[in-house]
Amino acid sequence: MEQKVIEILKKMHPDADVAGNVRLVDDGILDSLDIVTLVTELNAAFDVRIPALEILPDNFNSVEAMVAMIERLDDV
Amino acid sequence: MRIKNVLQYLERTAQRLPDQIAFSDGVGGAALTFSALLDHARRTGTALCRQGLTGQRVAILMDRHPSMIAAMLGAVYAGAVYVPLDAAMPDARMRDILGRSRAAAIVCDEANCHVADRFDLPVLNAESLLTEPADEAALARVRARQIDTDPMYIIFTSGSTGEPKGVVGCHRAVIDYGEALTSALELDEMAVFGCQAPLYLDAPLKEILTTLTKGSTTYLIPKKLFSFPVLLLDYLNENRINTVCWVSSALSAVAALGGLEARPPLTLRRVVFGSERLPICHYQAWRQALPEATFYQLYGPTEATGMSCVWRADRELLEDEYIPIGAPLDNTGLLLIDEEGQEIRPVMGEPSKTGEMCLRGSCLTLGYDHSPEQTATAFVQNPLQDAYPETLYRTGDLAYYNPHGELVFVGRRDGQIKRMGHRIETGEIETCALRVEGVNLAACVASDGAGELRLFYTGDADEKDVTAVLAAYLPRYYLPSRVIKLDTLPTTPGGKIDRRALAKE
Repeated sequence: MEQKVIEILKKMHPDADVAGNVRLVDDGILDSLDIVTLVTELNAAFDVRIPALEILPDNFNSVEAMVAMIERLDDV
Repeated sequence: MRIKNVLQYLERTAQRLPDQIAFSDGVGGAALTFSALLDHARRTGTALCRQGLTGQRVAILMDRHPSMIAAMLGAVYAGAVYVPLDAAMPDARMRDILGRSRAAAIVCDEANCHVADRFDLPVLNAESLLTEPADEAALARVRARQIDTDPMYIIFTSGSTGEPKGVVGCHRAVIDYGEALTSALELDEMAVFGCQAPLYLDAPLKEILTTLTKGSTTYLIPKKLFSFPVLLLDYLNENRINTVCWVSSALSAVAALGGLEARPPLTLRRVVFGSERLPICHYQAWRQALPEATFYQLYGPTEATGMSCVWRADRELLEDEYIPIGAPLDNTGLLLIDEEGQEIRPVMGEPSKTGEMCLRGSCLTLGYDHSPEQTATAFVQNPLQDAYPETLYRTGDLAYYNPHGELVFVGRRDGQIKRMGHRIETGEIETCALRVEGVNLAACVASDGAGELRLFYTGDADEKDVTAVLAAYLPRYYLPSRVIKLDTLPTTPGGKIDRRALAKE
């Protein structure tokens, strides 16, 4: 799952070190255009529907945070 | 009172509503009341006069903050022309703009001083410009010499030649625009804006002008919130924002991410959008969430100061209908001109032919800075009369009248597209890609399906290297979503790059 998330992020930002970064939102690597694309791609890749209430900076600041969020949504 | 200078609005409103908040960051953030704004602008103006900057161009490099507006108005007090810069711009582009605009100095805030220091120009700290009190006599001398056709700002926008071009705005056009806009949108001092637009574009003039003329309040929404719909709507509700004038994609993102259900907006009464096409499904979602609110679509090019047309949503739209841009604002002349140079008029009950929108009137800016040729190409003699000189601005935008007689935007005559409300000339991206060693041909197109911006190229260069060069020279919103290397680019029978075929890839 982690690899897949990294792959999606790499496609959007080929040069950024996305795997190790824990401040993807805080450092402005992901902007509003990216978040819409990212949510759409994650929804499709993992067959989930990320609700608006989960679309918060903390859930998108790192690959781990995104994976944890998807796992949480998958359990419901 | 005869208004011939934008600052007269500020002076009038500061007298009437001194303690009302003019611009704010939001609850708990920085704010300037009208009297503080006036005081800051006058002090800044005095300091800039002392630096000998009257009649000069002054670049402004500051974070999105109420004090940036005070600095811009301060430059106007000094009789200077302000050139707002985007702090997120790559150095190369900023250097280009500073050179083109012949900027004599840079006003910056603490956060951006280290950037401003790179450009071999005098750097003035905005905060230190506030230390000395205003010199009334000096400011009065500047004002006495100003007329309403004097330049007020230069805003840089995308150029079809692949280089940014500066649009020179003047007081008369800004005053004309402000009066027409506030009346079209029925704005008054009760309006509380949530401003989305970056301060280095013409777009925030909507909020800034209304605030100055009517005594409204504008909250500068932090850019980051537009990624997170729940936080954005919480911000609107907390600050009791009743009016938004946003790029369509900002409304789209909120609707698409489910924000309207999660946090219904409670205080919004006026929703204004424009700059790009708003999908009808997102438009309907917003209308459903806000049945009491009034919706407007705006259209207008930077060259005509701001917005030129407005449609007030006073009828239901069909599922397959495009949202109209309506009719020109009061005192704005719009001619729809066909390829033969003839005027197209609305035909009630059926759609008209498509033509190019051309604008005339006091709303026009003065033209492109230091670019007589580009100015002469776009600002032309009205082809419908040759009795006296009359300037018409050719927008390059195509439209037709629908059966209701409302204008409907169709698209661009050339390769220009809109992205997040920014004008992008795909030619500019191609020119930049061709700088990379090992790139032979480049074509940048918006894909048909997703509307994703893609750069296709041929040559030995690595996709990563091409991406890196684009990132070094172009603003963030210019960067293609994908950079794709091909063995050959498809061509039309005439031998040109087949952009339609690439759009279908």
